[in-house]
Amino acid sequence: MDGLRQRIIEAVHHQPQPTVTVLSSLLAVEDELGYIPKEAVEEVATFTRSTINDVWAVASFYPNFRFLPPCEHRVELCWGPTCHLKGAMPLIQAVLQAVGLPEEGDTPDGRLSLRYNTCLGACAQAPVISVDHHLMGRLSPQAAQDAVTQVLRSGANGTSHSRSGHGH
Amino acid sequence: MAINHPPTFPELQAEAQRRWQGLTGGGRPWIRVGAALCGKAAGADAVLEAIDAALKQHGVDAQVSKVGCLGLCYAEPLVDVQWPGGPRVFYGNVTPQMAGEIVATHAASGTPATHLALGALGGRDDDGLPDLNRLPMRAREVRIALRNAGNIDPGDIYHYIANGGYGALHKALTQMTPEQTLEEVNASGLRGRGGAAFPTASKWKFLAGSKAPVKYILCNCEEGDPGAFNDKAILESDPHTVVEGMVLAGYATGASNGYIFIRHGHEGPIRRAQDAVRQAQELGLAGTNILGSKYSFQLEVALTGDSYVAGEETALMDAIEGKRSMPRFRPPFPAQVGLFGKPTNINNVKTLAYVPEIVAKGGQWFAGIGHEKSTGTAILCLTGALQWTGMVEVPMGITLKDVVYEVAGGIPNGKKLKLLQTGGPLGGVLSADKVDLLLDFEVLRAAGAIMGSGGIIAADEDACVVDLTRALIAFCQYESCGKCFPCRMGMGHLLEVLERICRLEGSPEDLALMRSIGENMQAGSLCGHGQLGFNPVSSALKFFGPEFDAHIKDHCCPTGRCQEPRFSPRSSRR
Ligand SMILES: Cc1cc2nc3c(=O)[nH]c(=O)nc-3n(C[C@H](O)[C@H](O)[C@H](O)COP(=O)(O)O)c2cc1C
Ligand code: FES
Repeated sequence: MDGLRQRIIEAVHHQPQPTVTVLSSLLAVEDELGYIPKEAVEEVATFTRSTINDVWAVASFYPNFRFLPPCEHRVELCWGPTCHLKGAMPLIQAVLQAVGLPEEGDTPDGRLSLRYNTCLGACAQAPVISVDHHLMGRLSPQAAQDAVTQVLRSGANGTSHSRSGHGH
Repeated sequence: MAINHPPTFPELQAEAQRRWQGLTGGGRPWIRVGAALCGKAAGADAVLEAIDAALKQHGVDAQVSKVGCLGLCYAEPLVDVQWPGGPRVFYGNVTPQMAGEIVATHAASGTPATHLALGALGGRDDDGLPDLNRLPMRAREVRIALRNAGNIDPGDIYHYIANGGYGALHKALTQMTPEQTLEEVNASGLRGRGGAAFPTASKWKFLAGSKAPVKYILCNCEEGDPGAFNDKAILESDPHTVVEGMVLAGYATGASNGYIFIRHGHEGPIRRAQDAVRQAQELGLAGTNILGSKYSFQLEVALTGDSYVAGEETALMDAIEGKRSMPRFRPPFPAQVGLFGKPTNINNVKTLAYVPEIVAKGGQWFAGIGHEKSTGTAILCLTGALQWTGMVEVPMGITLKDVVYEVAGGIPNGKKLKLLQTGGPLGGVLSADKVDLLLDFEVLRAAGAIMGSGGIIAADEDACVVDLTRALIAFCQYESCGKCFPCRMGMGHLLEVLERICRLEGSPEDLALMRSIGENMQAGSLCGHGQLGFNPVSSALKFFGPEFDAHIKDHCCPTGRCQEPRFSPRSSRR
């Protein structure tokens, strides 16, 4: 636990930008850990001189925050209107089937976290998914399924869950 | 960098020229690879790896740059090779294998791989290469905000300076008063490109009128509109035009600080913006005593969590303050009491990206482009059922028909256009027979659609209007911040009704029910999310009433799309 708290404090205290807020601190923790443990809520409250309630209020508002440790892999499936028109629904269905989930969420074995995304920003390549933060576009349901099963086969540390690309 | 002795602007320009000459006319070929969001989604990373491997294999010494978005997203991954002194030859839909071939021929020996080329810039009539600017997607373009996108390395400030960058800032600081700078923007007729199309100079005048020592300029790159990616593309492709635009906005209004506001997770645009701010500060183009003048403007990048409403101007200020992004009551207006209680002006990325060229070339020049009170260009994201998808910058006043059938090449697979969805999820749909409309703020608004942020999604006859409307309302429901109950509950209720109609279980009363929900949302919501959130339904009903009737009265979805499974996030912020 001490190690966790240390990482939180490091992340919160070493934000590069001048304006430091509850939200920026939470984002810094999410970048570091991939989730917001309750220790982080405490540390952010102390650091920003706000209350635990206020920090929870912010953390619970933005759906990008998760409160359980991240899974090994993270897949985002766009359900924005362009992707919808270009076949996102059958694609989502195929991927859900392949990983055995009824809807977005984590697989019970903790290997894959699957989220819907309102727009991944590459609509010209619709339908788009993101696998461990790599965008992939113009996918058939089959190709999306293959991409996700392949990343699951790639083993524990092939591609890391840590959001190392973010915010550095 | 020598922060104590920042270089003079002519020194910067000379250095930039030297570097640029080295790239375009030096001893080795220059390979540029489109590596913005949509290039990546099409496989740019694998192409970059293949290029590196091929260069090693053939022992070729070349400069490889990751550039931003040229707009031809349908042709991504896009690679271009420029042999020293030669034309820029573009290759589209490049696979790793093609990349190897392009390196082996063009980059190794200077002979373009003509059979693979999409076109060229700066070529000769007899070289067998089509002129890239004759491609339908480029032929109608007038590139102002996108002038550098896809051409320069967005991570290198000298590329921007070599192409005229920061010249407008230098001109303003040395030859113009803040009032004159504001007057140029006024003369340009520039109107906000974030959705409301409010005259930019009027907004700036409110801020300039305040004598407060701390005043803010905010650049809004929340860009939650699905179907629009032009703000992110500009920041990722040419971040310095936004930085320069912000410093100019600050100078014109006497602002002291600025924030570029981006949604967390969009690593490309975030990294580019952060690097650009740092480089501009290091070279004395932002920060304290800019270019040796008395003017100072402190700039930073602020991130938000996932929230569509965070793009609304007052919710955006709450997000920068680190709170839940919920809209505030107005008055007081941001120009009086804004971010951290200080006078504040908010502009969209595109709006600010125009400013350097307006100051450099004069407001009259900009006003001469476009149509009536919609001056300048429209930066459009063309997606959906179109032959060529991508991002274009075309003069205002062009018809939707030209955009769809000429620029974007029409509807593929022999299908017919059914509708255009414009202006994001709070915008509306237009039926295919409305394509004669001009791209003009007033014309579109009168037709019940809006320009919004420039997203145009085309749907062919396979699309079901009821299903699409449900998808749009599912988005609006998910994204309601929950502050105003007419919006929070209204969106949920609308979604329930639309789900019912999609299941072919709707009743004739449902249409009146939706209208009354819509009226309540409009009357009882603080921000545009609730006020405009009924637009998708009202515009769909206006143009496609019979299709709703088919679902309700005949219990039949003519396209069959409503039988497909539906997935959307279950919970929202309620
Ligand atoms: C729900 C909602 C979301 C919005 N999202 C954005 C956005 O993502 N980007 C943007 O520039 N403007 C957005 N706006 C409009 C802003 O409130 C504001 O009008 C705009 O940023 C002003 O810039 P402009 O004058 O340059 O257009 C949004 C408005 C609403 C009501
Ligand atoms: S709508 Fe799917 S990437 Fe934008």
